[in-house]
Amino acid sequence: MLRVTNPMQEQFLYFVQQLLNGLTIGSTYALIAIGYTMVYGIIGMINFAHGEVYMIGTYIAFIVIAGLTYMGLESMPMIFMAALLVSMVVAATYGFSIERVAYRPLRGRTRLLALISAIGMSIFLQNFVRLFQGSRDIAIPTLISGGWTFGDASTFEASLSYMQVIIWVVTLITMAALTLFITRSKWGRACRACAQDLGMTNLLGINTNNIIALTFVVGAALAAVAGLLLGLYYGVVNPYIGFIAGLKAFTAAVLGGIGSIPGAMLGGILLGITEAMTSAYFSSEYKDVVAFSLLVLVLLFRPWGLLGKPEVEKI
Amino acid sequence: MNKPIYSALFSAVVMLILASFLLGVDLETQGITLIPELAGDQTWLAIGLATLVVFLFQLFREQIASLIKLPSLPSIDSMLPEEGPKRTKLTRIAVALVIVGMFIWPFFASRGAIDLATLTLIYIMLGLGLNIVVGLAGLLDLGYVAFYAVGAYTYALLSLYYDVSFWVALPISGLLAALFGFLLGFPVLRLRGDYLAIVTLGFGEIIRILLNNWTELTGGPNGISRIPKPDLFGLEFSRRAKEEGNVPFHEFFGIPYDASHKVIFLYLLAVILVLITVYVIHRLTRMPIGRAWEALREDDIACRSLGLNPTVVKLTAFTMGASFAGFAGCFFAARQGFISPESFVFIESAIILAIVVLGGMGSQVGVILAAILLTVLPELAREFQEYRMLLFGLMMVFMMAWRPQGLVPMKRPHLELKTHE
Amino acid sequence: MNKALLEVSGLSMRFGGLLAVNGVSLTVREKEIVSVIGPNGAGKTTVFNCISGFYTPTEGTILFDGEQVQGLKGHKIARKGMVRTFQHVRLFKDMTVIENLLVAQHLQMNTNLLSGFFKTPSYRAAEDRAMQNAAFWLKKVNLLEMANREAGNLSYGQQRRLEIARCMVTHPRLLMLDEPAAGLNPNETKELDELICNLRDEFDVSILLIEHDMSLVMGISDQIAVINQGTPLASGTPAEVRDNPDVIKAYLGEA
Repeated sequence: MLRVTNPMQEQFLYFVQQLLNGLTIGSTYALIAIGYTMVYGIIGMINFAHGEVYMIGTYIAFIVIAGLTYMGLESMPMIFMAALLVSMVVAATYGFSIERVAYRPLRGRTRLLALISAIGMSIFLQNFVRLFQGSRDIAIPTLISGGWTFGDASTFEASLSYMQVIIWVVTLITMAALTLFITRSKWGRACRACAQDLGMTNLLGINTNNIIALTFVVGAALAAVAGLLLGLYYGVVNPYIGFIAGLKAFTAAVLGGIGSIPGAMLGGILLGITEAMTSAYFSSEYKDVVAFSLLVLVLLFRPWGLLGKPEVEKI
Repeated sequence: MNKPIYSALFSAVVMLILASFLLGVDLETQGITLIPELAGDQTWLAIGLATLVVFLFQLFREQIASLIKLPSLPSIDSMLPEEGPKRTKLTRIAVALVIVGMFIWPFFASRGAIDLATLTLIYIMLGLGLNIVVGLAGLLDLGYVAFYAVGAYTYALLSLYYDVSFWVALPISGLLAALFGFLLGFPVLRLRGDYLAIVTLGFGEIIRILLNNWTELTGGPNGISRIPKPDLFGLEFSRRAKEEGNVPFHEFFGIPYDASHKVIFLYLLAVILVLITVYVIHRLTRMPIGRAWEALREDDIACRSLGLNPTVVKLTAFTMGASFAGFAGCFFAARQGFISPESFVFIESAIILAIVVLGGMGSQVGVILAAILLTVLPELAREFQEYRMLLFGLMMVFMMAWRPQGLVPMKRPHLELKTHE
Repeated sequence: MNKALLEVSGLSMRFGGLLAVNGVSLTVREKEIVSVIGPNGAGKTTVFNCISGFYTPTEGTILFDGEQVQGLKGHKIARKGMVRTFQHVRLFKDMTVIENLLVAQHLQMNTNLLSGFFKTPSYRAAEDRAMQNAAFWLKKVNLLEMANREAGNLSYGQQRRLEIARCMVTHPRLLMLDEPAAGLNPNETKELDELICNLRDEFDVSILLIEHDMSLVMGISDQIAVINQGTPLASGTPAEVRDNPDVIKAYLGEA
């Protein structure tokens, strides 16, 4: 390893560190953002309860990890995979139920009603978890520790933890699987058809109700993946994390272009890096403020986002 | 999944998955390890029962549906006399009686009751203000509490740094909240409604973060205390005058000092503010701007084709709603004497929205009744406090599917054309 | 010849890869009825949406009374005195007939909030004027006795007439009608014919009309422009258009 210490290199390493951190957070934002974008692409509405699904996913992952550790299982990969699978399944069930209870009865009515119903669902879920799991932070012991370091310990040392690499790898695999699913599978084709024209797809004999439910399920499962990854990264969970995470992921979806899946990925990563840079060079208290300002700026100047297309109004 | 038995099994499994993890397991931190504890037998029994109920309900869904019909609420309209001069007269008498009652009542009530009534009046004002935005203009504002905060902090800061009195600060609070509404609404109101909802949600959060972190100005989480109470033309409601040249109320009238004077005065002030709000909104719905809100809610393309600028029309509703929150905030700061960011969290926005949704979007009477219900109920039943937000959330979902027009649906102000020929 | 009120030249509109309108030009002179005809899907409504400001045209200029208006927002164009109806009637269905007409006069009303709160004399006067204007037009389109009904409860023909009245209360200089005869029976179509001619003769309005039904436009139009697949096919007086071989081919197909 190089042993040169000069201020330039130190600053560079500091910058690289922020980039790595931003990439890590950003890829989880991207996972949550996909849920927003898929639902929006098909029914043209924001799933306000999506942030809560992410929060629930984190809780389930913690419960599974704690349970398996308690029962004496020691293989880390086994625990990780089990937590991933179970939290995906449970979160998907929540996504399915949200669509059934808060959205489906209101399909075809004024948008305002569905918006209010969804926000009600979000408040309900947050308080449901608060009542039954407590409102305090729950911390989990580090599951995956260690990593690599670069630079000189006496000045600034950039580090890349194994956990960060795992987050990237899992995110990449999940995204690849999603892309395959959307482009190759029969269900994925139906999803894309619905995004083009819901009414027409229905006429072609495809049960659009099932497809809409499917988008909620897939989006929720991805949010649970993010929940597990971020939960392990930060090591804590409380019932309120879904609120801000939902807001961030939505910003990412709009930034990339709502309705576009590659857009959600790009938007998530850009937002993650912006936030890391803000925390490092400005102030970490205001990183949420910066993210929000970014959302307003995008809406002001390019509401269709980086990779989206402007909507043409039907008259 | 056409057979009822499959669909019932499916629903039961869904129910079991939803409930078992979050209800059935408690996470306990012991030292540095996390211990999962199974919930008590009672909880598991409840989960089992719930699953069974879902299963049976889905299985016999059709039979149940034919047996029970959801009771439709009796229409208030049907209980009142026919529309016409007689009814108008009756309404006027009823309104006059209620107003007189509101002014007399506090002199016979307990201090606690008056305090609760004042709080309720603040929520009525907030509910009515949000009702302009959500009910009349059809825009979902999820950060309404931010404007409330702007109003409250305007008075608190002005009195702290510049010694500005309540009466001067009141209009400034309203104007400043309106200005914030304008600046926020301008970029977003051109876009579709969902964006407004989420941007206002974010804005509410940002205001709270700013108040919490800008410690030099706002005192951060510690808030601002010793905010002066309003006076009555220079008469103060304290034992001794705090301001140079002011006279305490009781000395001026030569009566013994009584702390309840202040409570009653604040209550009466709130009543007057609410009455003004009700009158202004009542007029708004009958004015060109109120008609434009409704037209825009129905068809914005047609509005544009007639020369109405949709952004401006929405912006008036949004700004006006914000200004009422500003007034309410200013009064709130004066009444409490102490404010901190804690009072302006998202839950407050959610409560105000719940009031509007329960009462009936656009309906003034409905919103007033719902505000009374939702503020007094938690006070009467303390155990309810814990479950309040859970139930509010559930209620919003349920109301939208079952009775979106609310408990007391809005009556459109009809304008009659009288033909002379 | 009258002065030109609306001059459209070289108008094109592209949606992604689709060229929906390609180089359309037309002129409406004062007190003239001009019709745009063409088979279904020819791009007539897109032309309308461009002129009325709902779409921003990709190319071309639109002059209204000598002033460039292309790319202006819909409500700005409406304020210049160009108002339109829609192929699928767009009324405020939950509002009464009279309220529909009052909303249309929003810009002529006293919208000062304070005068509204205190019902000042000038506010009342403006409300009265608007009411009278509305009543006048309701009588004109034969809907006076429907004034206090909800617009959504009117028959289809009545809704069409109300939509025209709602345009007229704004005192437009150019009235744009998008397939006004669609869904009307022959009797109603004849009444509509008379109404349109009357608007031009008595109220000095120019009218731009879209129709795919040839029979209505032939009788009343001063000029006709034919579009096919977004491209101008022919233009001229009704007689010239009727005899144009291209037009016959487009309407009857390559027989």
